[in-house]
Amino acid sequence: MIELIATKYTYLVVVALLAIGAYVMIESDNFVKKIIGLNVFQTGIFVFFISAAFHTAGESPVVQSGGGGGPFVSPLPHVLILTAIVVGVSLTAVALGLVVRIYESYGTINEDTLKEVLAND
Amino acid sequence: MTETLVASLVAIPLLGALLVVASGLVSERGPPVVAAAVLAVQTALAGWVGSRAIVDGSLSNEVGGFVAPYGIELVVDGLSAVVVALVAAVSLAVLAYAVRDDPGGTAFYTEYLLLVTGLSGMCVTADVFNLYVFLEISGLATYALVASAGTGRSAVAALKYLLFGTVAASLYLLGVGYALVATGTLNMAHLAVELARVGYDSPLVLASFGFIVVGLATKTALFPLHTWQPDAYDDSPDSVSALIAALVSTVAAYALLRILYTVYTPAFFEAVPVARDALVAFACVSIVVGSVLAVAQSEVKRMLAYSSVSQYGLVVVGLAIGTRAAVFGAIVHLVGHAIMKGGLFVAAGTIDDLTGATTVDEYAGLADRFPVVGGASAVLMLAMVGVPPAVGFAGKWYIALGAVRAGTWPVAVVVFASTLLTLAYFAILVERMFVAPASASVQATTDGGTDAEGDRPSRPAPALVALIVGAAVVALVLGVAVTDLQTALEPTLDTLLS
Repeated sequence: MIELIATKYTYLVVVALLAIGAYVMIESDNFVKKIIGLNVFQTGIFVFFISAAFHTAGESPVVQSGGGGGPFVSPLPHVLILTAIVVGVSLTAVALGLVVRIYESYGTINEDTLKEVLAND
Repeated sequence: MTETLVASLVAIPLLGALLVVASGLVSERGPPVVAAAVLAVQTALAGWVGSRAIVDGSLSNEVGGFVAPYGIELVVDGLSAVVVALVAAVSLAVLAYAVRDDPGGTAFYTEYLLLVTGLSGMCVTADVFNLYVFLEISGLATYALVASAGTGRSAVAALKYLLFGTVAASLYLLGVGYALVATGTLNMAHLAVELARVGYDSPLVLASFGFIVVGLATKTALFPLHTWQPDAYDDSPDSVSALIAALVSTVAAYALLRILYTVYTPAFFEAVPVARDALVAFACVSIVVGSVLAVAQSEVKRMLAYSSVSQYGLVVVGLAIGTRAAVFGAIVHLVGHAIMKGGLFVAAGTIDDLTGATTVDEYAGLADRFPVVGGASAVLMLAMVGVPPAVGFAGKWYIALGAVRAGTWPVAVVVFASTLLTLAYFAILVERMFVAPASASVQATTDGGTDAEGDRPSRPAPALVALIVGAAVVALVLGVAVTDLQTALEPTLDTLLS
């Protein structure tokens, strides 16, 4: 058990990040904090991919002339996460843009206050 | 030659989106014209590539010359041919509405083409991570389009949609991660082989299935994961409602079909029957609750939105049952629903522009005032209910037939009950339009000039009437032509279900 925690602790980080992110998204009534929660949630997934790609004594996958070497680390998860990070940044930008629009229209970024304002609309 | 054209199904709308930006710098009139031209080319291309794929068998293209399964592969088979052609044709048709209704500007048309890029990409890709990227591209474009109404409400709806959509896509990505850890590959066809080798009862494979299905079911808007959808359809501009109601969830459901049958294959369902049962139960609940919520709505656009929850439940039931007839029925209903719901949203938007009527009660007496629009919408509604020979009947018939053949009688009962429930909410609307005395807002347009806003057109634009009538005609013709579609999809179904 101890050994498992010592070697696979990054997966605990993944679970913690996913849980914290989801909790903040659900529990916070501030839109900006919800977006931060979303980012934390996505980061959990990024850490999952990167942890999965880890290989003890793995080398970077650059094959020398004449071949040989290794074991090599699979570069695929890193590339995927680079893409996913870019996607995450664009989503955050759009989300914050929408929050600005909501603030301009209603003067609040609080979900509960907004509900009251919309109900009186 | 045709193989290289597969990649241009994604490249053309993407380059088109840039062209729109460039043309917007030159002239204000440029963007709609460029967007129309690009979508016309895309429709012609999708038709050509699609017909090749149906006649000659599936076409594949390895992007950048990287050999599959290491590189990204794009594949057009009979099924993706149908959906990609649907995406191109419907987006071209709805553009005719968007140029009238448009919230305007270069940004709108750029987002419109980016949405077509994402949806076309989801149709043709044969790589699960690439599917995630296209899912997010179409998602981002949709959030921006929903917010393009410019109102505070649309921004709230778009933000809600964004939070749901992003979590859904993230769950899908997590599922892809589990599958990658289990197999080391992302290519759909290769995954099918590798997943079978790993064993379908492996926890990694089961978890990946769960995450992917929940992610895509949220994007498809199945109950109880649908809560983003009514606001997004209701608060977006009318032309955007028509576009996203017709296409976005449709393509998500297509992605679910693709993942279920190309990646996990029917053998997974054989090995893990509980996965099938859970999916069937999930979809059946969605059918019933979606319909009940639709009956309870007073706003027409919200009613149409909840109706979609129920109709996608039907599609997913067809997929989950997995007999040949049921899967074919799901495909027919997917295509048919896109055309009927797109037409109905265009009709709802047109009626709103003409009379300001948005609720069921305000629709009273509408058919007397606008017989063509009213008549065509009634045809579309009855088609959705499943009155033969319309496409709605064909889809439900095949799904029910598949359920009966699979021996799942309760599902067959739910499918038939769903027809009654669909009738329950559309019958009220048809009764209002044709039988009830005219409402105040409809009356106002009849008297002419008494309308407070004073800028309403007195008659619907011919292009919009053509669009609504066209949708009704296509819904009828498709219903008649469904046996031809079956013949055309025969080889694809063989591959999917083997």
